[in-house]
Amino acid sequence: MSSSIALHDKTLSELAQGLEAGEYTSRELTEAFLARIERLDGELNSYITLCREDALRDADAADARRAAGNAAALTGVPMAIKDIFCTEGVRTSCGSKMLDNFVAPYDATVIEKLKAEGVVILGKTNLDEFAMGSSNENSHYGAVKNPWDLSAVPGGSSGGSAAAVAAGLAPAALGTDTGGSIRQPAAFCGITGLKPTYGRVSRYGMIAYASSLDQGGPMARSAEDCARLMNVIAGADPRDSTSVVRGVPDYVEGLDYNLKGLKIGLPKEYFGEGLSEEVEASVRAAIKVFEDAGASVQEISLPHTHLAIPTYYVIAPAEASSNLSRYDGVRFGHRCKDPQDLEDLYKRTREEGFGDEVKRRIIIGTHTLSEGFFDAYYIKAQKVRRLIRQDFLDAFDQVDVLMGPAAPTPAFDLGAHKDPLSMYLQDLYTIAINLAGIPGVSVPAGLAGKRPVGLQILGPHFGEQTLLGVAHQFQQITDWHRQRPEFGQEQA
Amino acid sequence: MQWEVVIGLEVHAQLATQSKIFSGSSTTYGAEPNTQASAVDLGLPGTLPVLNEQAVAMAVRFGLAVDAAVAGRSVFERKNYFYPDLPKGYQTSQMDQPIVGPGVLEILLEDGTRKSIRIHHAHLEEDAGKSLHEDFQGMTGIDLNRAGTPLLEIVSEPDMRSAKEAVAYVKAIHAIVTYLGISDGNMAEGSLRCDVNVSVRPKGQEAFGTRAEIKNVNSFRFIERAIHFEVERQIELIEDGGKVVQETRLYDPDADETRSMRTKEEANDYRYFPCPDLLPVEVDEAYIEHLRQTLPELPAEKRARFESELGLSAYDASVLSASREMADFFEEVKDVCGDAKQAANWVQGELAGRLNKENLDITVSPVSAAQLGGLIKRIVDETINGKAAKQVFAALWDGEGKSADEIIESRGLKQVTDTGAIEAVVDQVIADNPAQVTQYQEAEPDKRGKMIGFFVGQVMKASRGTANPQQVNKVLKDKLDSLS
Repeated sequence: MSSSIALHDKTLSELAQGLEAGEYTSRELTEAFLARIERLDGELNSYITLCREDALRDADAADARRAAGNAAALTGVPMAIKDIFCTEGVRTSCGSKMLDNFVAPYDATVIEKLKAEGVVILGKTNLDEFAMGSSNENSHYGAVKNPWDLSAVPGGSSGGSAAAVAAGLAPAALGTDTGGSIRQPAAFCGITGLKPTYGRVSRYGMIAYASSLDQGGPMARSAEDCARLMNVIAGADPRDSTSVVRGVPDYVEGLDYNLKGLKIGLPKEYFGEGLSEEVEASVRAAIKVFEDAGASVQEISLPHTHLAIPTYYVIAPAEASSNLSRYDGVRFGHRCKDPQDLEDLYKRTREEGFGDEVKRRIIIGTHTLSEGFFDAYYIKAQKVRRLIRQDFLDAFDQVDVLMGPAAPTPAFDLGAHKDPLSMYLQDLYTIAINLAGIPGVSVPAGLAGKRPVGLQILGPHFGEQTLLGVAHQFQQITDWHRQRPEFGQEQA
Repeated sequence: MQWEVVIGLEVHAQLATQSKIFSGSSTTYGAEPNTQASAVDLGLPGTLPVLNEQAVAMAVRFGLAVDAAVAGRSVFERKNYFYPDLPKGYQTSQMDQPIVGPGVLEILLEDGTRKSIRIHHAHLEEDAGKSLHEDFQGMTGIDLNRAGTPLLEIVSEPDMRSAKEAVAYVKAIHAIVTYLGISDGNMAEGSLRCDVNVSVRPKGQEAFGTRAEIKNVNSFRFIERAIHFEVERQIELIEDGGKVVQETRLYDPDADETRSMRTKEEANDYRYFPCPDLLPVEVDEAYIEHLRQTLPELPAEKRARFESELGLSAYDASVLSASREMADFFEEVKDVCGDAKQAANWVQGELAGRLNKENLDITVSPVSAAQLGGLIKRIVDETINGKAAKQVFAALWDGEGKSADEIIESRGLKQVTDTGAIEAVVDQVIADNPAQVTQYQEAEPDKRGKMIGFFVGQVMKASRGTANPQQVNKVLKDKLDSLS
């Protein structure tokens, strides 16, 4: 790979090669990214906390490790972390005033794994508060701008991670996906983002929004980068009972995938009303690329798709209302001033500490779990959830992967969806995947004006290797993933 | 009107696991506040629970001990409510699918009758921390050492009809959990706590009355007193034309009364739902069978064996099998001395009396089972007589010697069975008491039996209790009768 490409435009894999070849040190690389963040992020607001000192210390350690001949595949490569993963000694805010003063005393399992690999953490990226949102406008630390178009949102909830990677403020980032929070911002920002199978990546230390749906995963510039990160972070964790004990394949080996004979299903429900013409055109063009490469395409039905959003908005808020009960001002986080009594402490702490969207979901969840409503909402939603899952299991009896848009439109304007319900509808194509627990990847597949379009590829449970292989082969044929926004280029 | 009392109990037994139910923190009692609270116990953001397999095994063992159906699949749920010593804002418990299904427990009443009490279910849950209201000048301190300690909540059917039955039931639960070694049963430290549901109804009526739940009663005595108070209160209330309201009450041992904590209307809606961080607990037949093999002999089996094999009375067998500590102590005494009946008499008589007087538990008895067994052995082989034995016991209690033999030796309590030696003492006593001898000789033969007691006493006194009483009796009788 030509070293004439600016460092900040290189993929994670290229940077790892450069380090191995001695073209630059981890310290040089880290300093370059830190300087770029300091220069450009004032406008984007993609980072909440920059870890300058820790990053340089870890970069030096990585260089020493490489010199000693003990470097692992990603030793010395810098990346960003969504500020929902606990990082020891560093503020972990979850985008909330509630945790503005919370310095995590421990590392999440995936952070431990990345540190053991020698990856350098540049900082913690912005997000919708407690990962609740689709635009990154629900952050206590302010909205994030889309580097492709500063009047557009980057998507959410992993909007900071997506914007940082797209703008060259990090070569890759960790995100989390509860209803599309990796795939939709990846699509809006023209990067590659993988939501792994539920249970594939440990949730320990990843601050919970909706426990049965949350899953961490990589966001990067290519499927290959995602594969390299998955090789580090995937696997069962004795500290997470919902992580699955199952062999982890080599995702990089899986990149060498033959598209010939690949059976692609197109869920007809994902090409219906509400899908913008420009997104549909890009997605259909991408599918044509696969057909040209020898894949076959057939229409598939996921008949319960229309129930995904209502089902999600029963289950996720129910779990969230309970998960967020611990933010009570007693042990950590925000505490209101001079509480008069216990009830006052609870009420004002939570009134002051949580933003509107978080409160809205706590109230919805508390309601649906209440006596007299539980059966009608929660139990029914769990039943529908099984039907939605079965839709996918039936589909994967017929095809290898499903393809469709990651979002109905390209990135929308900041402030475009004031009504929460219209915002919720943006997740139409991503939410069912979390309910079913299957993996999905979003890859850049075109531009609608200045704004990127994402192709979503879905696979059966634990089908990440296939998904990444299929996405990688697409990226061998197309160069959408090589496109960079103008933002920050002239200052490179 | 004749009233009938209806009682149901929820017993919380703290399980004797090494670590907490969902974290690796130690469960040792009495540590400095918050030194046994990990990130998981504190409910720090991002932490997740991992189920302690030992707690599951203990719950299954309990289920097997009360002939309950052990659920192949049980589910942890979240019970949501806010309280400062509840770190996550919910308690992880079991609700719809508990690990132990319906079972039955036989209780023994003081009059020797037995009654079967049905167990509705038993479930696993985590304990909360403690709120400390003293020493903080108007503020509250939180100690989370206890947070996450495993509890087995054992819920009975409303099968008890008196305070005495309720106490007998709790004692039976106490015996089972301590026999199984799944709880230390220490009520003072809160290892066994009870919520008591009490209602009354006119005798003969089938429908239950409205119940009140008395929370957290933590001694056998308080259970009995709380029930007495509550029954009186409810009957008086109804007879005065009032109505019992469903509510939670607290027993205040100092005032000896129960007080309302909250009524049903004020009760929390706990919003139970399955905990998404924990998988359903699945136990298969092989696992249950394996645990069944490891069950110790339980109180009922032990009692039966004490009766049939050792020939103890039903009463003795019941008392001695009531707790594992008592049974173990008795069996060791019996093994050392080789005489079950003597062992039973001494453990329940001299030893129990002294322990009771000094308010000591058998586990801290100053006289060990080996010592007591050694003492009884010397009674059985006639080395000492019963009178000397009491002296030896007292000396052992006071720690005057390591063993009965040592004390017998040092105090010279060995029974004198040498006829020559006894005769010499008898001769001396006869010589020293001519007036009594004359009285004896002048008495009618059927009165003499009583009068000989004086001489026996004198001989025993002169021999410092070591003379064999039967021999003394015989020699005295021969000599006195031959004089006349």
